[in-house]
Amino acid sequence: MKSGKQETVPIATSSDVVMARQKVRQWATEMKFTLVDQTKLVTAASELARNALEHGKGGHMVIEQVENSVKNGLKLVFEDQGPGIPDIEAALRDGFTTGGGMGLGLGGSKRLVNDFHVESQPGKGTRVTVVRWK
Amino acid sequence: MERIPILRMGQFLLVTIQVDMHDRLALQLQDDLTEKISEWSSRGVLIDISTLEIVDSFIGRMLANIAAMARVLDAETVVVGMQPAVAITLVELGMSLAGVRTALNVETGMELLYELRGDFHSEMGG
Repeated sequence: MKSGKQETVPIATSSDVVMARQKVRQWATEMKFTLVDQTKLVTAASELARNALEHGKGGHMVIEQVENSVKNGLKLVFEDQGPGIPDIEAALRDGFTTGGGMGLGLGGSKRLVNDFHVESQPGKGTRVTVVRWK
Repeated sequence: MERIPILRMGQFLLVTIQVDMHDRLALQLQDDLTEKISEWSSRGVLIDISTLEIVDSFIGRMLANIAAMARVLDAETVVVGMQPAVAITLVELGMSLAGVRTALNVETGMELLYELRGDFHSEMGG
């Protein structure tokens, strides 16, 4: 996977979650993703940015244009320095929640993208990487 | 503080969400609506989300909460105007908005509200 231009968006307040959504929308539109794909990407970004804020006590998102041998994609990396996720498999299950939410954030956003990867170290933080290919 | 306006139309309340809502604004709307239903003894709430470009789990939960709270206060809620791409994404996300009534546009939404209140033929605001 080859990397192209990228941009970092801080996630420290709930207005930053809105900003993260708008940035992803802007990039996805520029890359001419279909409206449904744009909507899926922006929705996934909203869930993951909120996770980084609520559970990870804030962090940032890196947006990056990527390409492999056949297609272009948009990669989003969400990083926080929060408490981490002790059991990733459980956290990915629908309905699993430690906050007051629906427990759809992680598992739900996984269904909205093509590649999905979670790394987490208890006490150190969490990094979620997603890619949607065109 | 920033707020989403709630219009009173006879026995119904009308809300058009025209901004990309941050979470606090969504919670504020939830509080404001329940307060207005009670204050004005409203019988129905119509929420127009036709300009919303996404509905994530938080906004989905807000809509479900509003419908549930309104129901407890003897008011019906109809959510109208959801864009097709938003509907596709919401279902894939895992939210079916069970318990929330929907209609395609404001007009059919109002008809549904009158129908639900059992006074379909009465004058608007009657």
